[in-house]
Amino acid sequence: MLTLRLYMLQRITALLMAPLVLGHIGVMIYAVQGGLSAAEILGRTQGSVFWFSFYGLFVLAVSVHAAIGLRTILHEVTGLSGRLLMFFTWGTALGLSVLGMRAILAVTFLTRGVS
Amino acid sequence: MNEPVKTRRVSIWRGEGETGQFETYDVPAYDNQTVLDVVSHIQHYIDPSLSYRFACRVGMCGSCAMMVNGEPRWTCRTHVNKVAGQDVLEIAPLRNLPVIKDLATNMDPFFDKWVKAEAVHHSSASRDEEMMVVLPDDAERKKADAGIECINCAVCYAACDTVAGNADYLGPAALQRAWTLYNDARDAGKQTILEAVSGAGGCHNCHAQGGCSHYCPNELNPMQAIAGLKQATTRAMLKGKL
Repeated sequence: MLTLRLYMLQRITALLMAPLVLGHIGVMIYAVQGGLSAAEILGRTQGSVFWFSFYGLFVLAVSVHAAIGLRTILHEVTGLSGRLLMFFTWGTALGLSVLGMRAILAVTFLTRGVS
Repeated sequence: MNEPVKTRRVSIWRGEGETGQFETYDVPAYDNQTVLDVVSHIQHYIDPSLSYRFACRVGMCGSCAMMVNGEPRWTCRTHVNKVAGQDVLEIAPLRNLPVIKDLATNMDPFFDKWVKAEAVHHSSASRDEEMMVVLPDDAERKKADAGIECINCAVCYAACDTVAGNADYLGPAALQRAWTLYNDARDAGKQTILEAVSGAGGCHNCHAQGGCSHYCPNELNPMQAIAGLKQATTRAMLKGKL
């Protein structure tokens, strides 16, 4: 069920994610070891175009990559194909994008609930 | 032939189409006995209604492949002593192909996919033209040579878990043949081949599990051929040709 286009999309998103995963792990280690509080972390991310772009790209890459991977697994395990498989692929990609972007907006540009 | 010193209990798949069951037979055990010898003994001396397929008996024709103790093998070149650990011998029709009867499968889906993969010669010259000189040391020729000893036995096809899960997947043999033709200087269908192996059942579905290369009785490496196709299609796409 993988065409050349889907294959390339999955490889390109994998290439994008490799440095982003390392960056993400680095940020986590820095935040934990430095003992940053939630407020201090938000202080750095609020209004930051850099962190919005960093994690925004990450979320988009994950959404595309995971949707294609799950599509392959679902097809090979259940035999699902055609429109239902297409809906599943797009649904997964959009669902992951919405969940991820919501989280990113919450720590970068939305201030509701943050003291 | 040596005198039989003992008999071996053998389970053979019997049935038509999708229905059937294993039935057991006691077959004389000889040294240097192949799995095909065992099947032939049953058909000759115990039950002449047993259906199976073979032709050359020397590992050239590729028609006698079966599942032996759950693994795909060319039965004419598989010694019973090497595969029947603790005297268990279970012989079934090839995996991933519809069964006609007993041990004979319908090979049509396997060969239809060779055509779908454009694993057919696309002529680049007529009979009136000079024969093309193909140098054996040429880099492309070496890539083609690595895969041309395929005997179409479908052992790789039966070993492939991707074929098992994805009925449209063209499979290792067809893709390897496409790769050899892609590297053949006499073939004029390079673009056609790349397009054929880039669809929903194409080479990009391969998970590189390597069952094909592990079980190929001629020790070919279809997984490497498929990797070559992935690379060639990727390059073609980046150049805007796919």
